[in-house]
Amino acid sequence: MHELPVTQSILKIALQHAEKGNAKRITDLNIVMGELSSMVDDSIQFYWDIIAKDTIAEGATLHFRRVPAELQCMTCFHKYHPTDKELVCPQCGGVGAKIITGEEFALESIDVE
Amino acid sequence: MTQNIPIVENIMNANDRLAEENRARINAAGVFAINIMASPGAGKTSLIEQTLPRLKGKLRVATIDGDIATSIDSDRAAAAGAQAAVQINTGGDCHLDAVMLRGALEQLDLTQFDLLIVENVGNLVCPAGFKLGTHKSVLIASVPEGDDKPYKYPGMYRGVDALVINKVDLLPYINFRMDYFKQGVEVLNPGVTTFETSCRTGDGLDAWVDWLIQNAKRK
Ligand SMILES: Nc1nc2c(ncn2[C@@H]2O[C@H](COP(=O)(O)OP(=O)(O)O)[C@@H](O)[C@H]2O)c(=O)[nH]1
Ligand SMILES: [Mg+2]
Ligand SMILES: [Zn+2]
Repeated sequence: MHELPVTQSILKIALQHAEKGNAKRITDLNIVMGELSSMVDDSIQFYWDIIAKDTIAEGATLHFRRVPAELQCMTCFHKYHPTDKELVCPQCGGVGAKIITGEEFALESIDVE
Repeated sequence: MTQNIPIVENIMNANDRLAEENRARINAAGVFAINIMASPGAGKTSLIEQTLPRLKGKLRVATIDGDIATSIDSDRAAAAGAQAAVQINTGGDCHLDAVMLRGALEQLDLTQFDLLIVENVGNLVCPAGFKLGTHKSVLIASVPEGDDKPYKYPGMYRGVDALVINKVDLLPYINFRMDYFKQGVEVLNPGVTTFETSCRTGDGLDAWVDWLIQNAKRK
């Protein structure tokens, strides 16, 4: 459910930048979404179709670039992808990893006319 | 002519900014505020109920309860001795956000309190992304939920400042591998302050209450 306020945020950011660039229409939005960000792109698309209506972003396509989670072991510095069963380092069994990617959730760019 | 405008703006910024305003308001009143998150039934309200009598005469406490529709939880908090209990009905939203917290803060004279306890909506996915402006996020994990929760909900375990493992009275009856659970936690959130509690027997509650008092004294 939380995707509604999130989608409103996306629209607001996009409209601000489009206005600054004197754009007539927003055709595409490029969103980066990390595996650990707890966002559901289907719901964003659903709300988008409703709230973008009657704005210059109506009908724009949302593109989601998904970023997989990557952890780095702070013991042996091995980089690995965690699973829903195992989080410890597969190489040395170490705990205390740093999250390198997977938490991002940002609007990267928009395409305008 | 199509043109690409680079932006790279964190989509959560609007909420984060409001959370900062909430934080400033809470700080100005000298209050220590926590945000309690957990799945439904983990024991959020029970922990609040057990905490309040133990703080009697030590800290003045206000609670804010987020619930999809009812006011049962804030009634329980008031009955347990909260000096003020505000209910936020989220109207279907699965988490609190900074706007909702701001609305609740406006109903309180914060200068009358030392500790503010926010009970978030029961949910292990969404609340993590929505900062409220509280000082510490607390996650309650209860033993019957299973030992694999850190692995399934890394985002939640990652962002919290304290972890309460509740319902430890049930450990003899449930196959809960504490080592496996803690190993997952340690990867995501090394060294996080952890309490093992039972709201049924009272085990571990003193350490939890001390932690609240120590933090509130610093404000
Ligand atoms: N055995 C046991 N049951 C508990 C404990 N803490 C809470 N409960 C029970 O768990 C259920 C849900 O508790 P509640 O506080 O309403 O959970 P909330 O949804 O997270 O607020 C209630 O039936 C409580 O009595 C505990 O430490 N041990
Ligand atoms: Mg409750
Ligand atoms: Zn390693």
